Amino acid sequence: MMANMVTALNNALEQIMKENEKAVLLGEDIGTDGGVFRVTDGLIEKFGEKRVIDTPLAESGIIGTSIGMALSGMHPIPEIQFAGFMFLGFAQLINHATRYRTRTRSAMSVPMVVRTPVSGGVRTLEHHSESPEAYYSHMGGLIVVEPSNPYDAKGLLIKASRMNDPIIFLEPTKLYRLFKQEIPEGMYEVPIGKANILREGEDLTIITYGTMVHVVNSVVEKKGLNAEVIDLRTINPLDEATIISSAKKTGRVAIVHEASLSFGVGAEIAARIADKAIFELKAPIIRVGSASLPYPFPGYENYYVPNEIKIAKALDRLMSS
Amino acid sequence: MRVLNWIVVDLEKEVFSAKINYLTVINEEGVADESLFPKNLSPEKIVDMYKIMLLARALDAKVLSLQRQGRAVTYAPLLGEEATQIGSAMAMGDHDIFVPAFRQHGVFLARGMPMSTMFIYWRGFEEGDIMPKEVKGTPIIVPVATQLPHAAGIAFAQLYNNTGAAVVVYVGDGGTSEGDFYEAINFAGVWKVPLVIIVENNQWAISQPRSRQTAAETLAQKAIAAGIGAVQVDGNDVAAVYSETRKAIESKKPMLIECITYRMGLHTTSDDPTKYRPDSELEAWKKKDPILRIRKYLENKNLWNEAMENEISEKHSAFIDQAVEEAERFKPDPRSIYEHVYSYMPDVLKEELAEAEANNFWQGN
Repeated sequence: MMANMVTALNNALEQIMKENEKAVLLGEDIGTDGGVFRVTDGLIEKFGEKRVIDTPLAESGIIGTSIGMALSGMHPIPEIQFAGFMFLGFAQLINHATRYRTRTRSAMSVPMVVRTPVSGGVRTLEHHSESPEAYYSHMGGLIVVEPSNPYDAKGLLIKASRMNDPIIFLEPTKLYRLFKQEIPEGMYEVPIGKANILREGEDLTIITYGTMVHVVNSVVEKKGLNAEVIDLRTINPLDEATIISSAKKTGRVAIVHEASLSFGVGAEIAARIADKAIFELKAPIIRVGSASLPYPFPGYENYYVPNEIKIAKALDRLMSS
Repeated sequence: MRVLNWIVVDLEKEVFSAKINYLTVINEEGVADESLFPKNLSPEKIVDMYKIMLLARALDAKVLSLQRQGRAVTYAPLLGEEATQIGSAMAMGDHDIFVPAFRQHGVFLARGMPMSTMFIYWRGFEEGDIMPKEVKGTPIIVPVATQLPHAAGIAFAQLYNNTGAAVVVYVGDGGTSEGDFYEAINFAGVWKVPLVIIVENNQWAISQPRSRQTAAETLAQKAIAAGIGAVQVDGNDVAAVYSETRKAIESKKPMLIECITYRMGLHTTSDDPTKYRPDSELEAWKKKDPILRIRKYLENKNLWNEAMENEISEKHSAFIDQAVEEAERFKPDPRSIYEHVYSYMPDVLKEELAEAEANNFWQGN
C-alpha cells in the first residue's frame, strides 16, 4: 500500500490494537477528533472508548497513568500532542519510567510507547517544534526512536509495541505528509537499536536522523558525493557498531541533526568515534545542528534550523581538511 | 451514630460544606437587574467596554483572514469570549497586572497593547511580545496552565514589594485539569496573595467538552479545595464579569472566577470543530452572543444607536488596517535570536552567529 507517515502510523496502531488486546491508546483529542495530526483517526470507531481514550488535558497525568497501566499488565501507547508539552510529564518519564525495571531488578517493567510529534519547519507556534531526543536519551532507561520515512515508522512502532520497555517514539511533524512510500499491508518489524545505512559510500560518512535525513540526501545528490549516509532510527541505545565501522571505512565523518548543537546527540556520537576510531580518521569530526538557543518563533525558524547551504558548507570543510 | 458496647459515640458529623453562587447582571434580552449592577460601572465606561469588545471582534476577523492568506501564523480566535476578556480586563486598575494564556487578545487590547505589536506576534516574531510598561502584563503562554504558578509568584512579589497591585491570570476550562493549575491555586491560598484566577470556560478544550475534563459540577468549586474564594458568573455578561473581578481585586485576596462562555469559533486555525461539535450547540450559543446582549442593553438605555455603530465600525476597520500596515513594515533581524538568549553573548553563540553570517546560511530566507 502507498502511505505517508500518518497513514503508516495509523495502520500500525490499528494492527497493534488487533494483535494485543492489552494495548490502549490515550491522549488529548485522540478519539473523536482523531488526533490533531489525524494519526489516530478512525480508531475510536474501531476499538471503542475503552481502548481509545480521550483524556483530560494533563500531560503528567497521561504519562503517569500510562506507567500505572504498564505496571499492571497493559501496554499503553499514550500520545502527547506536541513535544514541547511533553515536558509537563518529564518528571514521570525521568524519575519513574526509567527506573521501575532497574530498581526492582526486572521484577517490574514499564512496557509503553509514548508517541509525540517533534521538530519544526512547519511554521507552528512556540513549543510545537522542539527536538528533545537528547533529554530522553541522557538519563538511560528510555529507548528513543525516530523514524524518517513511512516504512520505518510502521515497522518501528510495531516493534516498539512488542517490547517490554518504555519507548519514546518521536514523529517528525514535517515528515508526516511530506511524501508517500510503498509499505507492506501486514505487520512487519524494523529493528530497534539498529541504524540503517541509507546509501553506501567510500569518501565520507554522514550520520543523521529525522527531518535532516532528507536535507542531507539532497545535498549529497546535488554535490555528487560518494557518501555513506546512516539514518540512526534509534537514538538511544546507539548503534555504535555501525557508526564506528563506517567511520573507519571512510575516515571522514559529519553528524547532522535538527536539535540545537550544544550538548546534543552529535556530541555523543563524535565522542564515541573519537574514542574508538580517531587514528583512522583523515579529518576532524564535524557536527551540524541548529543554533545553541531555544527554538525561535516561526518567523525566524528558517534562520535557525540547518538548511542545505549550512550542511553543504560543513561537508566542504570536511572534504578539504 | 454507632453503638459500641454501651458507649454511644458520635462518629459522623459534617465538618465542611460549600456552595458556589452564579451571577448574571444583564440578561440575554439586554435587561439589567439594577440591584446587582456594579455601582462603579459608569455609562461612559460600559460604552467603552462595548467599543473594545467590537474592536476585539473586528481584530479577530482580520487575523483569521490574514491567516487564511498565509500572512499570519496559527491563530486562536476569541470569538464569543469578548465579555469575559474585556469585562475582567477593564475591572483592573492601571497598576494591576495580567497574565494571559494564548487566547486573551481582548485583554491585551483593553490593557492598551499596541495593535501593530500584536500583528508582529501573528507574523511569527518574538518582537510581538515586547509590550510597553504601562500595559502591565506578561506575554502569551502556549503550554497549557503553566502561566498560573508565575501569576502566583507575581502576586507574591506585589505583597513583598508592597505595591498594592493585584494580579489577574487567565486559564481555560481544559487548563484546570493540569497539575500547575492546582499547585498555583494552592500556593495562592497558602500565601494569601492578591490573585484573581479567571477561568475562561468556553466549554471546549479542542475536541473535548467540559464534561470530559472533570467529574466536578463546576470548575469554580476546585478553588474551594484550595481554601480560596470562588464564584461562577455568566461569562457572556460583561457587567457580571466586571463586577466580580472588581470585587475580587478590591478584596486583595485570592479568588477564582469561573466565567461561563462559549468558543464560537475554532480552537485554532489548525482545528476543524465540525469533526466533534454539533452545529445545534453553536446555534444555541449564538443567541447568547455577548456583543448582542450588551448592544441591546445600551440601546435600551439610549446610550447607543445604529449611527454610532456604523461610525465605530468604520473607525475600527481603518485603525486595524493601519496596524497591519505598520506591522508589515517590521523587518525581522535574524541576529536578534542570538542576542537575547543570555544577559551577555557567550563565545559559543558569537561563533555560531559569525559562522552563519560569513557563510550566508540565511540566503534565500
